[in-house]
Amino acid sequence: MATIDAAPPVSRRRSVWSTVLRNPSVLFGGSIALIMLIIAILAPFLGTRDPAEINPSARNQKPGYTATVRDDEGKRIQVKYHLGTDSLGRDIYSRVIYGARVSLIVGITVAVIAVFVGLIIGMIAGYVRWLDGIIMRFMDGLMAIPEILLAIALVSLSRAGLPAVVIAIVIPQVPRVVRLVRSVVLSIREEPYVESAITVGTPTPTLLFRHVLPNTTAPLIVQGTFICASAILVEAILSFLGIGIPPEVPTWGNIMAEGRTYFRILPHNILYPGIALALAVLAINMLGDGLRDTLDPRFAKRF
Amino acid sequence: MAGYILRRVLSTLPVLAIVAVLVFLMLRLTPSDPAAIIAGDYANPQQIELIRERLGLNEPILKQFIIWIGGVLQGDFGESFFYKKQVAELIGERLEPTLSLSLLTILLVVMIAVPLGVIAAHNHGTWIDRLVMGFSVLGFSIPVFVVGYILIYVFAVTLDWLPVQGYQRIRDGVGGWLLRLILPSMTLSVVFIAFIARMTRTSVLEVLNEDYIRTARAKGQTEMKVLVRHALANAAVPILTIIGLTVAILIGGVVVTESVYTLPGLGLLTVDAVLARDYPTIQAVILLFSFAYVLINLLVDVAYTFLDPRIRY
Repeated sequence: MATIDAAPPVSRRRSVWSTVLRNPSVLFGGSIALIMLIIAILAPFLGTRDPAEINPSARNQKPGYTATVRDDEGKRIQVKYHLGTDSLGRDIYSRVIYGARVSLIVGITVAVIAVFVGLIIGMIAGYVRWLDGIIMRFMDGLMAIPEILLAIALVSLSRAGLPAVVIAIVIPQVPRVVRLVRSVVLSIREEPYVESAITVGTPTPTLLFRHVLPNTTAPLIVQGTFICASAILVEAILSFLGIGIPPEVPTWGNIMAEGRTYFRILPHNILYPGIALALAVLAINMLGDGLRDTLDPRFAKRF
Repeated sequence: MAGYILRRVLSTLPVLAIVAVLVFLMLRLTPSDPAAIIAGDYANPQQIELIRERLGLNEPILKQFIIWIGGVLQGDFGESFFYKKQVAELIGERLEPTLSLSLLTILLVVMIAVPLGVIAAHNHGTWIDRLVMGFSVLGFSIPVFVVGYILIYVFAVTLDWLPVQGYQRIRDGVGGWLLRLILPSMTLSVVFIAFIARMTRTSVLEVLNEDYIRTARAKGQTEMKVLVRHALANAAVPILTIIGLTVAILIGGVVVTESVYTLPGLGLLTVDAVLARDYPTIQAVILLFSFAYVLINLLVDVAYTFLDPRIRY
């Protein structure tokens, strides 16, 4: 008897994940995102040089350029610049590979913080009735300021750097999470099992954590994935405009900003980081699409 | 209907007010002192204090807000720290390139995306549909500036058909003006064409299953008329909603596109203002763009009532 009782929940949980993993978008987008993550982690072992290393004698070279340089011990070695160099003689290949680190760190950090903050504010808005109006009007106001513009304004408030950029990208995303969480909380509140939990005197924290929170997981995973893609894009835009992460840090946006001057003769400085960026955003968006279709079918029609 | 429109207009007022408060607070709570920025590196404390006094920075924050918002309502956004002239005047000079770029982009998007979406819906499930959808997924993953540089490389550098960068005022010749806006508006339109083609396809597909479409076909209406008169006309409301909502992305795209093509518009002004920590200009531009976004969506909502007589509030 015991085995029969235990069996269904296990198999159901398994079947959800096997559906998710069979979805072509999840499979395709997820694999590319995973490969990028591995590349970012293994960046020092992929035949890269120090991405900040300047080589004045090898400035503005085309892909495949080979130069002789002295290594740390003073020996002459051959260095091949697979994707050419920028105007300071830095290796584009290494900078693009290391750029994946910054992009993914920004994307994941922004997604986690935005979801966490949005979850808390959204639960408060959905549960504390008198605060609901105030919070939501405030969120409406924030959402009325176009996302990129708000991020641009926010980076102007403090010294440029990774934390400032992350915060500037998080704030425009929070209202979207708040809205989502609040709508889930409001709909869950009316469910019979929540009403019965209230009737039997379940304390509010238990109610929120045991009944409301699990219902927000699926939509938040989906939303978090889209936020991650959007954050990577916004970070690249800020860096490209020269107002994001300081220019010496190898980010895809910075590499492109640096390549603007010599773009006519050396288009690769913009092309390769651009391809990396587009691929990352595409992969994560596809992952999000697939997760939404499989995990959260109620929201499947929302584009 | 007049009652609905009035209520809808009134409902935007609180949002606009909150945006104004947010923009004011955001830039007034900065760690850096605007007076010190204006005074420059060599000012002594007395000079800074004098500027603080003149800007009204020593007043209580609520009074500062009232003075500021009073000015804004009269079109006075204060003086730019960096350009040393009235922000309103500065914005006036920069309005033309931005408006030209935005309007041309919207025109291009509607002309290309809507037919594309209808064609995809009509050929649902065939390779044409998959081609349009494939383009659409690709379209909103390639960042605006990457699209911009690819187009510059192909059409301006390699083929040498169009100018690389720059802007010509419309009064100096419509030809030159249009020529310089072709690449920027193509660049900016890619992501929207992707969005709106997809949305048009979805809305038209939904409508194509309706009974009146079958009736229209049964009475021998040409397929073209069925698609345009019956399907598209009824799918117009969701398409218009998306156009309204994507104005936010359009504004972000304008900033990037103007930077790529060095168009001297509001987007470039925003970036320059941020680099110079020119807070009055940043405030004014953000306020202006946000108000434009809110008001465009208000117009879209009001347009529903004309487009779809079933909508009654």
